[in-house]
Amino acid sequence: MRDVRLLDLGFDPSLELERFTAGHPQAGGVVSFLGQVRQGEGVEALELRHYAPLTLPGMRALADAVLARWALDGLLIVHRIGVMVPRDPIVLVAAAARHRRDAFAAADFAMDHLKSESWFWKREKTSDGWRWIEPRDEDRRDLARW
Amino acid sequence: MAARLIFLGRLEDAAGASEREVACGPLAEILATLDPALAVQLLGERVRLALNGVLLAEAGGVVLADDDELAFLPPVSGG
Repeated sequence: MRDVRLLDLGFDPSLELERFTAGHPQAGGVVSFLGQVRQGEGVEALELRHYAPLTLPGMRALADAVLARWALDGLLIVHRIGVMVPRDPIVLVAAAARHRRDAFAAADFAMDHLKSESWFWKREKTSDGWRWIEPRDEDRRDLARW
Repeated sequence: MAARLIFLGRLEDAAGASEREVACGPLAEILATLDPALAVQLLGERVRLALNGVLLAEAGGVVLADDDELAFLPPVSGG
């Protein structure tokens, strides 16, 4: 029902999605979101840091809130930590439901909260060195939609 | 008798390390022993505190005991 993981090594999003979908044959729809490290703007690497006492417990609480709000058959949240390079997957969220609207809304809600409320800190490496990324106003506005 | 301060995100750069061992006691006294520029950043209004993994509503009145871990959490940027 709820599969929430924090990974310090790379993962295969298509394999994760295949397993998740196979595990919920009764669901009429599966909506997924994949976030990957963007290529361009001189970004050579991206690092996500976390704080173990808060990060995974917070992600589990988020999953519980999603499951309480929408009628889902299953919810998958996989999030990377550590150093990644362009095109590496960062986050995969998938929601399985009888009806697609619940799945769309649940995945959207989960992503907005992962971006602006979960305990992650991101820095990017360019030829100038490492630089911490501050949250964007847009992320906070996205959260206000809910 | 020591406690730990944990610095997340950009605060790690400001502190020059991800954590620091400090003597136990009131937080205000501990902060007074740090570089003032760092102390100002740690007390920034958007920095949250977590004591032994539990978020605090405010920094006022925090007293660190032996083996306590106090984390300074700047605004997050995930996904």
